[in-house]
Amino acid sequence: MRPFIYERATDARAAIAAMSTAGAKFISGGTNLLDLMKLEIEQPTHLVDISRLAFKDIEELPDGGLRIGAQASNSDTAADRRVRTRYPLLSQALVAGASGQLRNKASVGGNLLQRTRCPYFYDTASACNKRNPGSGCSAIGGLNRSHAILGGSDACIATHPSDMAVAMTVLDAQIELLGANQAARRVAIADFYRLPGDTPHIETVLGPNEMITGVVLPPPPPGRQVYRKVRDRASYAFALVSVAAIVATDGGTITSARVGFGGVAPKPWRSVEAEAALMGRPATMATYRDAAEAAMTHAIGRGQNDFKIELAKRTLCRTLAQVAQVG
Amino acid sequence: MQLVDVDIAKHTIELKVNGRPSNLVLDPRTSLLDALREHLHLTGTKKGCDHGQCGACTVLLNGRRINSCLTLAVMHEGDEIVTVEGLGSPQALHPLQAAFVERDGFQCGYCTSGQICSAVGMLAEVKAGWPSHVTADVASQQIELTAEEIRERMSGNICRCAAYPNIVAAIRDVAEGARR
Repeated sequence: MRPFIYERATDARAAIAAMSTAGAKFISGGTNLLDLMKLEIEQPTHLVDISRLAFKDIEELPDGGLRIGAQASNSDTAADRRVRTRYPLLSQALVAGASGQLRNKASVGGNLLQRTRCPYFYDTASACNKRNPGSGCSAIGGLNRSHAILGGSDACIATHPSDMAVAMTVLDAQIELLGANQAARRVAIADFYRLPGDTPHIETVLGPNEMITGVVLPPPPPGRQVYRKVRDRASYAFALVSVAAIVATDGGTITSARVGFGGVAPKPWRSVEAEAALMGRPATMATYRDAAEAAMTHAIGRGQNDFKIELAKRTLCRTLAQVAQVG
Repeated sequence: MQLVDVDIAKHTIELKVNGRPSNLVLDPRTSLLDALREHLHLTGTKKGCDHGQCGACTVLLNGRRINSCLTLAVMHEGDEIVTVEGLGSPQALHPLQAAFVERDGFQCGYCTSGQICSAVGMLAEVKAGWPSHVTADVASQQIELTAEEIRERMSGNICRCAAYPNIVAAIRDVAEGARR
């Protein structure tokens, strides 16, 4: 690990001010950052510890929504009674990710910002445009079984690894950011992540000194919620494909639908195509299959990950059938 | 490659492990795991992968199980850290330690301290009503600790001798004993 200066921030303002140092990075749970620092993929020269800042609470909002502090742990969020009853797919997504030990340490803000687990990003001997811009992409034409089928570019086909962020995407979460001079703003999660294009090393719209302070969940939308994850092992593995779905029906007709995918794209993937194909249609397998076809219209396989296209379709159909069955 | 020019001043911190405070002078890069093993000579906690994938380094931080390899010692001043040495002694085993012996919940023993610390943390999570990936209804506050629940909740601890059936049995014994 490269040497760095460590400082513990006493408040948000001091933490953000400390970020003006070149090579500075925030550290919170550290479960992803320290892993990458040991491999010298991340090489901060200054670590600003924000783990003790007062952003741990999960609070009710007057509109019936919930605000989750960025320093809340993944496990506290998953175990929160209000999250479990009003946003069950968020709890389901959180407990589908990582291990008990990691969830106890990992923060909500850090989960949003975790880096891809593309094996070439991790292998410093390989070309990777995300790790070393301009060096090329070893996954295209390489071992790409785990890679993206949607939203990738000729520069990068890495996937975003978060389960939590997929659930938050269908919940229309807003991400609260705080920058220099107390400048606060909110960004819809749909606008927070950037697709790789020619600059896969730039993953979000987060400014250089900005800190995530919280995630705002609007009141839960109508309908039932399910998060389903498909992976190589039964537990403690990243998604090959995951689906987050919220569907409301009335007399067998779908009256509202939200659909998101994980494990298939460089960001948590909201499928407006699938949602449009579900709206106003009967809650039947034929409808689900139409939605699945619509969701994957623009999917591109790279060889070893071709199977993900059909897997994503089937996972969506199964999830939608499950959502329709719940009540 | 040239090393970046930063001042790697050491930090003097007080780390409270197994109820005992110790003053340590540490390079900020020192993981909590290395501080425990190399500085405090508490070698019960094991280093397996050093990347949070195997669970051998599991300790309790303020009562919660974490991977000690994926956190910096300097971040834990004032925290309560408990390692396997703080759970029991050869003369007075912790109930989980006794159950692992009774059920033969290990072969080589390398993962065992991590398994036991993880199980202590896991049972507290169940007691607090936390859901898991295999909990049918995440809104339900009553968790029935089935073998399936134990396996899912312990998936962050790898045993390459594959003593899993006996580990599950040991944990079930303790969980059921606590319920009686």
